[in-house]
Amino acid sequence: MVKTLPRKDVAIVGLGWTGSILAYELTGAGLDVVAIERGEWRDTATDFPPAWAPDELRYGVRLDLFQRPAQGTVTLRNNMSQTALPVRQFVSFLPGNGVGGAGVHWNGMTYRFLPTDFKLRSHVTQRYGAKAIPDDMTIQDWGVTYEEMEPYYDKFEKLAGISGKAGNLNGQIQPGGNPFEGARSSEYPTRPTTPTYGPSLFAKAAESLGYHPFHVPSGNLSESYTNPLGVTMGQCSYCGFCERFGCGNYSKSSPQTCVLPALMLRKTFEARTKCNVTRINLDNTGKKATGVTYVDAKGEEVYQPADMVLVCNFSFNAVHLLMVSGIGTMYDPTTGKGTVGRNYAYQCDSGVALQLPEGTHLNKFIAGGAIGMVIDDFNGDNFDHTGLGFIGGGNMGATVTGGRPIQQLSMMPGQPSWGAGWKKAAKESYQTVYGLGAQGSSYSYKDCYLDLDPTYKDPYGSPLLRMTFDWKQNELKMSAYITAKLEQIAKAMGAVSTHAAPRKGNYTVTVYQSTHNTGGAVMGDDPSTSVVNKYGQSWDVPNVFVFGAALFPQNHGYNPTGTVGAQAYLGADGIVNQYIKSPGALLHI
Amino acid sequence: MNQSVIARRRFLLASVSLMAAVPTIGCAQAYSGALPWSANANGSPKPVDPAGWTYFTPEEVAVIDALVDRLIPADDLSPGGKDVGITVYIDRQLSGPFGNDSWFYMSPPFQEGYPGQGVQSPVTPAQRYRKSIAALETYCHGAYAGKGFAQIPPDEQDRLIGQMETGTLQLGKLSSKAFFQMLWQNTKEGFFADPVYGGNKDMAGWRMIGFPGARYDYRDWVTKYNQPYPLPPIGIKTHPDWS
Ligand SMILES: Cc1cc2nc3c(=O)[nH]c(=O)nc-3n(C[C@H](O)[C@H](O)[C@H](O)COP(=O)(O)OP(=O)(O)OC[C@H]3O[C@@H](n4cnc5c(N)ncnc54)[C@H](O)[C@@H]3O)c2cc1C
Ligand code: SF4
Repeated sequence: MVKTLPRKDVAIVGLGWTGSILAYELTGAGLDVVAIERGEWRDTATDFPPAWAPDELRYGVRLDLFQRPAQGTVTLRNNMSQTALPVRQFVSFLPGNGVGGAGVHWNGMTYRFLPTDFKLRSHVTQRYGAKAIPDDMTIQDWGVTYEEMEPYYDKFEKLAGISGKAGNLNGQIQPGGNPFEGARSSEYPTRPTTPTYGPSLFAKAAESLGYHPFHVPSGNLSESYTNPLGVTMGQCSYCGFCERFGCGNYSKSSPQTCVLPALMLRKTFEARTKCNVTRINLDNTGKKATGVTYVDAKGEEVYQPADMVLVCNFSFNAVHLLMVSGIGTMYDPTTGKGTVGRNYAYQCDSGVALQLPEGTHLNKFIAGGAIGMVIDDFNGDNFDHTGLGFIGGGNMGATVTGGRPIQQLSMMPGQPSWGAGWKKAAKESYQTVYGLGAQGSSYSYKDCYLDLDPTYKDPYGSPLLRMTFDWKQNELKMSAYITAKLEQIAKAMGAVSTHAAPRKGNYTVTVYQSTHNTGGAVMGDDPSTSVVNKYGQSWDVPNVFVFGAALFPQNHGYNPTGTVGAQAYLGADGIVNQYIKSPGALLHI
Repeated sequence: MNQSVIARRRFLLASVSLMAAVPTIGCAQAYSGALPWSANANGSPKPVDPAGWTYFTPEEVAVIDALVDRLIPADDLSPGGKDVGITVYIDRQLSGPFGNDSWFYMSPPFQEGYPGQGVQSPVTPAQRYRKSIAALETYCHGAYAGKGFAQIPPDEQDRLIGQMETGTLQLGKLSSKAFFQMLWQNTKEGFFADPVYGGNKDMAGWRMIGFPGARYDYRDWVTKYNQPYPLPPIGIKTHPDWS
């Protein structure tokens, strides 16, 4: 027997970055909100105080804070002719689990996408002609412009206290900032972080080559800060245990440090943990959600009626929930029809290893998850692509996040792999080998998509989500080009040797790349090529809203969360100022 | 830790009620009206007691001791793998959640995919160690006139490890390469993980490379570019001067 609970105005699925922002905004508008979260309650004092936060084995290697594949995973294949197999251990990407979501253990690099990214297809067509876009590439405009997003980016950066230096203030280029960024309405809320040694060498070298290095906009705070919600954060101590770890210093922007202390004081908010939402319930028209069904930790099924359902459970989990709930039409890659699952994309990362002269002390353990120096000279369409044979690019630079010995002891290729020779090389490399990284764009394709697996199931009996994804020539060429540029900078840093590793071959799940999974429930202004409108509102079931990187029509050359947070605020604005007053579709076509 | 951080923490603690109402819905928890803090409730790891074995048999201990002593041999950079506690570390890991893969997706059907699809084996790490060690012993007894891996000369041990690394050594039905990869990964963990887990004795791994461990605050050294960091390592439960 399914237990039925009293009705709520709003049921939010997942209490991570987007869930906590929406909960705060909607309780602020007087709504009664319950957030239903699969994992446990998490806070700094209980879960990751400085006393045991710096534990590489527990958090970095065994992934204590993450979703465990036993709770549910995805299956993967590179192309439609293969049999997808389950990702039995997460390696390539690491979904979050528990209150705060991946916001607890992210790095904190908080970028805005470029103005041209938001109108990618029309921009590329206009500048290079329609032929520059390969036939099977399904990139599209976002249905929202940078200018519309700007106030919401600003709001998210102020919520999170982001440390940085503006490069373009109201159209005026600012020294020391990123000259390629879209115009900002205000400076970052906190000053930029101080670069450590490696990034300082990178910045000097990049500048000597005529590029424009700037500070990574950082959610590891350069100074203490009280945000508009009245929550105070402290200065980052460069502890070097940042991504994959919770921050013991209240210095990393997260739902815990930026939203929950204020949200939890609201009597109209309730967080319900250890409850896994299994479907969104629809009425018999199929056009209206009536609430959500979840399974609690005892295995009991519970029905929570609600007037609105907000799907905030992270990128591909959101797509999965829409699919198993029958919301929207499933994408069919053979006909190109349908939208749910369409345009899954990722991040085309690459790197360059470099060896500095003997006697160098890089002290890489002095680090933060988002502390570094980067350039945007080869990102998006900031450089002329005429004759290059590809479109896209990436943000790149010096962002080594720690010197944790199990996972971050990097050596140049060709060193002994174990034994006495390895020990000697490990000792010598630890202070002299550095790594530069590029985060390349990953555009969307007709046959890169999400659907439901025919064989494998999660513990609740639902089919696992199936990922069909591979690297395409455009991305591999882009990666080769920008990684070669990065290697030139590595050489200018005084390296005695360098090793470039552009992205090559097929996509694999066996090495960590990023948790920047995007698409599958993309936003847009045309229901035949998008699942939701710019507010995140489902075209098919208007009292369901979806948030997170699932909305990205393709992925660009940056980390996603600045844009995810901004879009969450845009959606909240649409709900509070339009939807509540007159429920129904916010945009008509 | 600097004063402002501590002061701020006091402020945060004082500004919310610690008496959170926590009604229960099934086994799920509902939180409303306050932050449900109970500091340090989730616990730090319990330090491993190095006495005895929780998974390995004495015969298996001898083989792993010999293997980790070749992977991390004693020299002027550090003591050997056995003496820094790597066998103890691996033993404790194999009797915990790592050993039985309980966090991973282990639903059938299991089928071999292509390498990019990742591990697709129903064999748990604990089983892999047991079976691979037994097969290695069987191989050695045949190839070295009844001697086990621990009894053969170091250069022969190295030769066999090299064959496992490339997967050319036949170890029964299981891949010797997969065993090598797991063993080498676990060996590095036992050398470099916090000493609470039973390895990295006296922080020998951290000292070898100059990693300061769990210090957590480097603000005074951020701009001291290219200068050696002066302080010795500390662990989450240990300090070299305390033992
Ligand atoms: C190691 C790492 C580093 C990262 N670094 C960066 C970075 O530097 N910059 C950047 O921009 N981004 C980064 N990211 C990505 C960033 O963390 C995410 O973009 C962001 O957290 C997404 O917010 P969200 O609200 O969509 O999802 P999340 O914050 O992950 O929240 C989703 C929540 O939903 C819950 N949930 C899932 N399914 C269900 C269900 N069925 N029922 C109930 N609850 C459910 C989850 O447990 C989780 O708590 C990183 C991610 C990782 C893992
Ligand atoms: S690097 Fe800074 S923000 Fe990151 S966990 Fe450490 S103290 Fe916190």
